[in-house]
Amino acid sequence: MSLLVVAEHDNHTFKASLRHVLAAARDIGGDIHLLVAGSGCEAVAQAARALPGVACVRWADDPALGDGGAENLALLVSRLARDYTHVLTAASAFGKNWAPRAAALLDVAQISDIVRVDAPDTFTRPIYAGSVWATYRSADPVKLVTVRPTAFEAVAGDGAPAPLEAVSALPDSGLSRRMSVALNQSTRPELESARVVVSGGRGLGSAERFKALLEPLADKLQAALGASRAAVDSGYVPNDYQVGQTGKVVAPDLYIAVGISGAIQHLAGMKASRVIVAINKDPEAPIFSVADYGLVGDLNEIVPRLTDAL
Amino acid sequence: MKLLVPVKRVLDYNIKARPKADGSGVELAGLKMSMNPFDEIAMEAAIRLKEAGQATEIVAVSCGPAGNQETLRTALALGADRAILVTCEADVEPLAVAKLLQALVAREQPGLVLCGKQAIDDDANQTGQMLAALLGWAQATFASRIELQGDGAALVTREIDGGLETLSIRLPAVITADLRLNEPRYATLPNIMKAKKKPLDTLAPADLGVDTAPRLALVQVSEPPERQGGLIVPDVAALVDKLKNEAKVI
Ligand SMILES: Cc1cc2nc3c(=O)[nH]c(=O)nc-3n(C[C@H](O)[C@H](O)[C@H](O)COP(=O)(O)OP(=O)(O)OC[C@H]3O[C@@H](n4cnc5c(N)ncnc54)[C@H](O)[C@@H]3O)c2cc1C
Ligand SMILES: Nc1ncnc2c1ncn2[C@@H]1O[C@H](COP(=O)(O)O)[C@@H](O)[C@H]1O
Repeated sequence: MSLLVVAEHDNHTFKASLRHVLAAARDIGGDIHLLVAGSGCEAVAQAARALPGVACVRWADDPALGDGGAENLALLVSRLARDYTHVLTAASAFGKNWAPRAAALLDVAQISDIVRVDAPDTFTRPIYAGSVWATYRSADPVKLVTVRPTAFEAVAGDGAPAPLEAVSALPDSGLSRRMSVALNQSTRPELESARVVVSGGRGLGSAERFKALLEPLADKLQAALGASRAAVDSGYVPNDYQVGQTGKVVAPDLYIAVGISGAIQHLAGMKASRVIVAINKDPEAPIFSVADYGLVGDLNEIVPRLTDAL
Repeated sequence: MKLLVPVKRVLDYNIKARPKADGSGVELAGLKMSMNPFDEIAMEAAIRLKEAGQATEIVAVSCGPAGNQETLRTALALGADRAILVTCEADVEPLAVAKLLQALVAREQPGLVLCGKQAIDDDANQTGQMLAALLGWAQATFASRIELQGDGAALVTREIDGGLETLSIRLPAVITADLRLNEPRYATLPNIMKAKKKPLDTLAPADLGVDTAPRLALVQVSEPPERQGGLIVPDVAALVDKLKNEAKVI
């Protein structure tokens, strides 16, 4: 077996999720090659050579690949994929965007968001907002898989540097162009890889209170901030804070849900956290059924007291 | 410009799915089915483009069993002008749906296909991207804003990890709708009545020359690992003590 893992990066560093995707690749077994495609991304390719288990880094550097657009990347991956039995990438906004496009170009099914490798051709993934797990076997010549990073423990340490091989890019499709990107600047840890996540819901009531109550708590715990859909829709926080079925999936050591009812779509994104704390005034809120420790009461009183006590 | 809006019929989002006792699939018998919420958003985006005079006709499409007619009637009541049902098995895979849609695009020649970003049953998040690939069209997934520019291009703002990105895409294209693109309207009673008279055509995959045989074998459907929760602590001091000494997370 031979696997191609496609790295997510910003042309400077690769994302922490890559080590988790490599863990899934190791579960499948076989030679692991890594593709670093981007523009001016040599530093990423060089750093990736030391990732454990990587036998070769294939490096495609071209302005057409610079903004991670799906059209050019999917075409490149679909060409390279014919030499491999598996193609893997993270089930992030990045991977979700281009991977199905590559699958269709290869005329293969994609298996999205796997949480378990059962066999090299068999994978388990959550469906119906994680209410159910489904196990699928693929007979496709190339198995195109996106990996839920939190479900696989990151490969640790560094290995001997793998060889670097340049790959030439294909001509720009010209179909789409990035005009602008607005990233939310934050000094906090990244939501998907934070050890502690403090998450707020509609119960916070306003953007001001979200900030006034949850930021000091997150500061104390060096935590990332997350949110329910209702908090995002109400404009308390930006869209990329959303945790859940259609937002981010997190599995920190500690997840503190404040003023979140625990709808199934929210649970889908945080149920695998090691320890869950819920703060909610409604003792019947479904969040309590998954919480290791629940505190019933008014968040306006509880959260400042908790922040002080830490 | 004509718009094609693929809509999927799914288990209503308020219902918690359960595996069938023999693990052969998900229990759907007798449960409420609805239009996939992301497809309601895509539909709403289409209606607004038509209301703004930027689109001339909206064609709703669904691939699935005969019951999907109900979902298409809902689309017609919301504002679609016509509907097409491609009759096939309940769990036709995204790649097969994309091929069926590709064939329909060849017939209908829309300027834009507006999909949902994800069906909330299979949670695949694949079909729109696959369709764009098969057509060789541009794609803009996870859209939270769409602006047609009149010169064969559109500006689309996308929800990405870390924030927002704005793309300029060439039309025709496939756009997939994210949650914050709009707030879908409800169908009014008069429109529900009118929808009954709007055209709804039925086709078979063979009419479109598409093989919908699944590529993946479903081995089993199972319950996810159970989580033991439910402990209530009396106060903040007790919580901090538990986190420090029992869970050892702080
Ligand atoms: C297609 C689709 C996709 C979705 N995807 C997601 C997703 O990815 N992520 C997600 O989170 N949701 C998602 N949702 C929405 C989900 O169904 C819920 O509507 C949402 O999670 C509710 O957010 P909430 O818990 O903040 O709000 P609510 O359900 O309104 O809960 C607010 C909670 O705050 C508590 N509260 C209020 N005031 C106080 C107070 N003073 N002190 C203490 N507690 C208080 C209340 O008791 C209540 O439990 C999705 C829905 C759909 C249809
Ligand atoms: N059977 C279907 N019929 C019509 N549209 C579909 C079907 N399956 C998927 N789609 C469309 O593709 C989107 C993404 O679905 P999926 O790739 O299954 O997550 C949905 O939101 C629909 O717009």
